[in-house]
Amino acid sequence: MELGPAQAAARAEFAAWVDAHVAPHAGAWDRAARTPPEAIARLAATGWLGAVIPREHGGAGMDWVSFGVLNEELGRGCSSLRSLLTVHSMAAHAVLRFGSRAQKERWLGPFARGEAIGAFALSEPEVGSDASAVQTTATTDGDGYVLDGRKKWTTYGQIADVFLLFAKAQGKPVAFLVERGTSGLEVAPLGGITGTRASLLAELRLDGCRVPKEARVAGPGFGLAVAVATLEVGRYSVACGTAGLIRACLDASLDYAARRVQYGSAIGEHQLVQRMLAEMAAGWRAAHWLCMRAGWLRDAGDPAAAHETFVAKYAASTAATRAALDAVQIHGANGCSEDYPVERYLRDSRVMEIIEGSTQIQQVAIARAELEARAAHL
Amino acid sequence: MTEEEIRSRLRGFVERFMRGHDLQDGEDLFATGYVNSMFAMQLVQFVESTFGFACESEDLEIDNFRSIDALTAFVQRKLGAPVA
Repeated sequence: MELGPAQAAARAEFAAWVDAHVAPHAGAWDRAARTPPEAIARLAATGWLGAVIPREHGGAGMDWVSFGVLNEELGRGCSSLRSLLTVHSMAAHAVLRFGSRAQKERWLGPFARGEAIGAFALSEPEVGSDASAVQTTATTDGDGYVLDGRKKWTTYGQIADVFLLFAKAQGKPVAFLVERGTSGLEVAPLGGITGTRASLLAELRLDGCRVPKEARVAGPGFGLAVAVATLEVGRYSVACGTAGLIRACLDASLDYAARRVQYGSAIGEHQLVQRMLAEMAAGWRAAHWLCMRAGWLRDAGDPAAAHETFVAKYAASTAATRAALDAVQIHGANGCSEDYPVERYLRDSRVMEIIEGSTQIQQVAIARAELEARAAHL
Repeated sequence: MTEEEIRSRLRGFVERFMRGHDLQDGEDLFATGYVNSMFAMQLVQFVESTFGFACESEDLEIDNFRSIDALTAFVQRKLGAPVA
């Protein structure tokens, strides 16, 4: 299985753009804990924020494999900026798949052009893995709802124009599109984050935040389905972005090992360094091809895509931890300096084993699915 | 497609998940405990591909999918047939 000619050309385009406009600045963005508006505008100008939006709605209409390749190249340059593509694409996918005609008209075009940024608000101070236990409430109020609660860890929440937000209405999960500026919604920056530091995280406070019925995404009782379908897109994006992170660790380590001399030779000739490089090379290939296969299955409409995406994310994020640790180790003291990118890669890798289904949740989900499939086979 | 054919197709799909439970036409299939709310999405995908229509956002109300009766009436509405 290889990329088709169009996909390979797209990949070259993504890689060149990232090398020119992202990779040289990612360290500065990380240190400033901020993605500058110009960087976001530049990304918007490529049209790639409309990656998952079909052409008839003004989007780039990418197939899932190409979207995966874009995430991998972007992740290779900057995990923070890649996470913007992740959450924005999640919001766009939710509107596309579950949105009303009015919601599609209101948001798809602006999302595609990057004129509006979408974010994903599910996690709360007390709710992470146990997503169906969200405590934010949606109380019926005449024709609409009043939202009360707190959201936390909202990626790019500081600049998002609209939040795909999950609450409970009479105990049932419901999804809403809540616009920035709605009375009763307060957005506060969340700083001091270990990794993906430039991802403009926010906390949301909803106090008597009234939204019209038209803000609801799909009917009551479908909130969980909206969350699961949206998280699947996010998981795929994170998995591919993380494969990119491994690639970044490998590239940096190969370059360093080739030029750093100790004991009269390049450290790339030292066997224990070679062992780490070999692990990294295998780890990247495994993550990359698992991601590509998951994308290919998604393009084929194969129901196995969901499970394969779990496996890809799990493999990529755990491999990224090993790769980033070894990349720092190969760099020695330099790996502990912000003058080199690998210390950022290590901090970013912490995030990848936690978001979009922690490693532990992945392990449980994957094992259960495998056991079920095996039992059905017997 | 007649109501009987619609009902029969729907029953055929849903029964696979009922593990032998004798589901009544008007029974809330989500209350049986054999399927969770994610099953609603599987039902959406099934009716879309079996009966050849797209579910709009407005159709995504759990009550349309709650029982064999509800599903049959929903599919008939979408196909433009008068509901008995």
